[in-house]
Amino acid sequence: MLTRFGPPAAILLLSGPILAGLAGTILPAVGYLPALGGETFSLDPLRQLAAAPGIGGSALLSLRAGLASAALSLCVVMLFVAAWAGTSAFSRIQHLISPLLSVPHAAAAFGFAFLIAPSGLVARLASPELTGWQRPPDLLIVNDPMGLSLIAGLVVKEIPFLLLVTLAALPQVPLDRTRQLAASLGYGRIAGFLYCLWPLVYRQIRLPVFAVIAFASSVVDVAVILGPSTPPTLAVRLIGWMNDPELSMRFLASAGALLQLAVTAAAILIWLALERFGAAVLRGFCMQGRRLRHDAVLRWLALGMMLASALAVFAGLAGLALWSVAGLWQFPETLPRSISLKTWVATAPRVVEPLATTLAAGLLSTAVALALTLLCLMREDETGARGRRAAALIYLPLIVPQAAFLFGLHLLFLLGGFGASLWALVFVHLVFVMPYVFLSLSDPWRAFDRRFEAIAAGLGKSRLETLWRVRLPMLARPVLTACAVGFAVSVGLYLPTVLIGAGRLTTITTEAVALASGGNRRVIGVYAFLQMLLPLAGFAVATLVPALLFRRFRAMRV
Amino acid sequence: MDHQGLRLDGVRIALGTRALIAISHAVAPGEVLTIMGPSGSGKSTLLAYVGGFLDKAFTACGRVLADDLDLTALPPQERHVGILFQDPLLFPHMSVAGNLLFAIPQSLKGRAAREALAEEALAGVDLAGMGARDPDTLSGGQKARVALARVLVSSPRALLLDEPFSKLDADLRLQMRQLVFSKARDSGLPVILVTHDEADAEAAGGPILRIGG
Amino acid sequence: MKKLALSAFAFAAMTLGAVADPDPKDWDAVLADARGETVYWNAWGGSENINAYIEWAGAELKARHGISLVHVKLDDTANAVAKVVAEKAAGKNAGGSVDLIWINGENFASMKRQGLLLSPGWAEDLPNWAYVDVDNKPTIRTDFTIPVEGLESPWGMAKLVFFHDSARSEVAVLPTDARSLLEWAEANPGRFSYPQPPDFIGSSFLKQVLSELVEDRSVLLAPVDEARFDATVAPLFAYLDKLHPAMWRSGRAYPANYPAMKQLLADNELDIIFAFNPSEASSAIANGELPDTVRSFTFPGGTLANTHFVAIPYNAASAAGALVTANFLISPEAQARKQDPKVWGDPTVLAMDKLEPNDRARFEALDLGVATLKPDQLGPAIDEPHPSWMDRLEGEWKRRYGVAN
Repeated sequence: MLTRFGPPAAILLLSGPILAGLAGTILPAVGYLPALGGETFSLDPLRQLAAAPGIGGSALLSLRAGLASAALSLCVVMLFVAAWAGTSAFSRIQHLISPLLSVPHAAAAFGFAFLIAPSGLVARLASPELTGWQRPPDLLIVNDPMGLSLIAGLVVKEIPFLLLVTLAALPQVPLDRTRQLAASLGYGRIAGFLYCLWPLVYRQIRLPVFAVIAFASSVVDVAVILGPSTPPTLAVRLIGWMNDPELSMRFLASAGALLQLAVTAAAILIWLALERFGAAVLRGFCMQGRRLRHDAVLRWLALGMMLASALAVFAGLAGLALWSVAGLWQFPETLPRSISLKTWVATAPRVVEPLATTLAAGLLSTAVALALTLLCLMREDETGARGRRAAALIYLPLIVPQAAFLFGLHLLFLLGGFGASLWALVFVHLVFVMPYVFLSLSDPWRAFDRRFEAIAAGLGKSRLETLWRVRLPMLARPVLTACAVGFAVSVGLYLPTVLIGAGRLTTITTEAVALASGGNRRVIGVYAFLQMLLPLAGFAVATLVPALLFRRFRAMRV
Repeated sequence: MDHQGLRLDGVRIALGTRALIAISHAVAPGEVLTIMGPSGSGKSTLLAYVGGFLDKAFTACGRVLADDLDLTALPPQERHVGILFQDPLLFPHMSVAGNLLFAIPQSLKGRAAREALAEEALAGVDLAGMGARDPDTLSGGQKARVALARVLVSSPRALLLDEPFSKLDADLRLQMRQLVFSKARDSGLPVILVTHDEADAEAAGGPILRIGG
Repeated sequence: MKKLALSAFAFAAMTLGAVADPDPKDWDAVLADARGETVYWNAWGGSENINAYIEWAGAELKARHGISLVHVKLDDTANAVAKVVAEKAAGKNAGGSVDLIWINGENFASMKRQGLLLSPGWAEDLPNWAYVDVDNKPTIRTDFTIPVEGLESPWGMAKLVFFHDSARSEVAVLPTDARSLLEWAEANPGRFSYPQPPDFIGSSFLKQVLSELVEDRSVLLAPVDEARFDATVAPLFAYLDKLHPAMWRSGRAYPANYPAMKQLLADNELDIIFAFNPSEASSAIANGELPDTVRSFTFPGGTLANTHFVAIPYNAASAAGALVTANFLISPEAQARKQDPKVWGDPTVLAMDKLEPNDRARFEALDLGVATLKPDQLGPAIDEPHPSWMDRLEGEWKRRYGVAN
């Protein structure tokens, strides 16, 4: 059966490029790359890296961004869930936050940058009436050397992600009964949840938290837009070295990618220590029986932070949308003096090709990822075995920093002569799309009542027919949602697209980040808007198509 | 040789080293073999083995023959062994008639003929004219009857009943029992019923096998 | 089987190698070769009006010569150079991925030194070369002190000019040289900045200041003399040490490039900005990006001037198409459109007196805009230093300021 090839293909797909890519990164880092004259092993690239000015600062910045953004976003999510899970406010916020997951990082970062800049939307709204500013103050907010705006930008984008994975874990704990029990013992809402349920929930979301740390400590696009430039984060400098006309810099870039791997690993190790510390504190409080009954301030603070983070992204995106149709718009004017579609009209013809590439890469990689995911899940049904190691493997592409293996992979592609083709791009996207499709489809797939299949078999239907006419239609909504997630991931991918597409294949995201350096807010607005629109369109399809197809059937509604 | 009906020939099922079931028995057409046992005794496992969807965790041997045809050598979809669970499990994305049309064998050609058979089957369970309904809008008893009609139109060689009445109210249960057993008898189907309800066994009227405990 | 594959490979290599480079002297053959080719033009893509102009050129080339022009948008020209270097290292000596590069200065010097350019020189054999102003624009034949030798074809002229908003009182007295710019900045803290080197415009600012402050300007026209480097650049870094505290964000952050600086002028964050294109401000006014009160000024003592070019890599897959593209770019029609501030506003490389009357009329009809200085108001030109200075200055800048935090 075909399904037998599903799991090996998935394992090969998820680990193959990463292992090959890591090898392609590590070998040049220790001086071995015959194509560029590196015939012998040496420590020169590493020495050169150690001598690069400000390298320690860059590495520390990456480490700090990774840990701080993960810690802050997890804290907000933890407090919010602890304080509000099970209430109607909770489900309303949940609906508000969910669409944010599909907003690509770069678009959110642009919007955020324009929101908080001294001449940004917030300052414009408050000036000159409240601040007295006739012109923007000379304050270093965006691109600050400490990376605070970078961390803030990452936090507002990671909160929706962590909230959604927490939501997926919540049904597996006895929320209501535990809440009642804790309350009857006199514990405050937050304390009761944290003592009794959080350890169980956290165990489930640990890998996603690691993924956040890995992403935040090695992100390129957000760091280019919001991060400092003197010096930039490690990952941003790596890209610079990678693109240096001096080809020998590839050795340095590879050594740097190795350092990136170490930085991310260090961040996760430090996190492990923080986990122990946090667990010990929580246990200590619990053993002392601290009731923390008066947690109203903390509860409202958690809600406020949650709302503020969502608002920041929404307001930033609204600001960008406004810029895309703005005429002259000077500080401190709250709104543009005139509105015109000039930028859209001028940009439209140039959007066609990147848009086509974005759609092609997104749809193809999602289709392949869905097929592979289905094969794996069907194989799991057949064998009845749920590989525990498979879960860790699924997260591999999300936990190994992108730069660390993409450099090597890019080099291998180049040497193999597959550079910059659509298929190479789809393949690389697949590595990142596959985990998300698998993660979002596996739970509903496993929850499917398999007696429906027994009935169909008893009615004489073949496995394929049963899949096609019973299981897939009944799972239409989760299948399409998984596709929309995969498509959104593909649309937002920056580094893999830039490296493998090599400028020949551009997507809306690479164009938007390239334009970011140009600072033309109007054009950035157009691209960021499109960047946001594509995943939203995907989710709209995932919602509307099943709703229309099965509009006559009540049990098929959500 | 002429062995009409369903024959369990030396069927043994074990979970690891623990033997669950060992059975050899013939069920004549229209006869109901009732298997009783506490939960966990493996009585549903026997149905899974006959139907061909036994979990890989079990080991099983022995043959299941229907009219001298060795079912154990066939994949589930070619065994044509209909099954009813305690839930009606109507396909929620198809209308009532859609559920039946899905079940009618492909050998019956022509849309009109298929729809006529579906309608006839619905009438047979007192649901005439309900074909266009969304199954989710039916009452529990109506759903159970559609499930019965669905399995009957598929022309099965045998019928497996996995505690099919346990979720129904007391009076509905009585009606359904009668309906199911009379339909099975009329169609000349060999039936295996798995239950822990003595009343079920009594109403079935056939031989009773007690396993486990 | 293996043998067969090998011989097929050898055959493919032979046929590929056998394609001779196109010769611009036989222009009809070049045009015939070029038809149906796809030209990958690697050009900085950070400015929408330039992107739109390239888009227009692509449409014209498609209609006239059947060439498909693809703009590979770069954030740094060095990336295109890197691609060619990588292909040479991988032994890909034909069928390369880059057909045309927008280039000048250090990148040209680097490609020329490494033998990465289509040779022998071809630019002066292009049919439209007849219109090029080689007599009055010396930078067309000498790019950052490096002889061009026909290895790149001119595309536009650049001169460092400053912009300010005349509606703001802060710029009552305009700086007239680097020294007075420093005084102005100290009197108006936080209102001046420059793009972070190695951005091209930012590095050019360093060269402008160094050219003004160096004792003997001729030193800069020769390659860097390491023994005297520190002494030569000492005045520049002393200047920057004083300037940075008075700059935007106290010199702890920098705009990424010129368009970012332009946005900061529009946002009222900066009062004085500068560009390498005299009509940038007029273009921006026409596009609604800057208010119509923005005006240009330059230093009476002179500012940097240079020419920007297009070059063809030695392994270009579509060299003929690239030649036709280069020739089209110096046609009077394409040059006049480029000089229109509503389109781009980049000054022409052509000589008005060499043009046919109707072509000359195209240029005379252009409204250069309120914010554009006339050619005679642009002030004297300061020669670009040898490309080696750019590298060293950028490295030194980065060491001192780029990693300070």
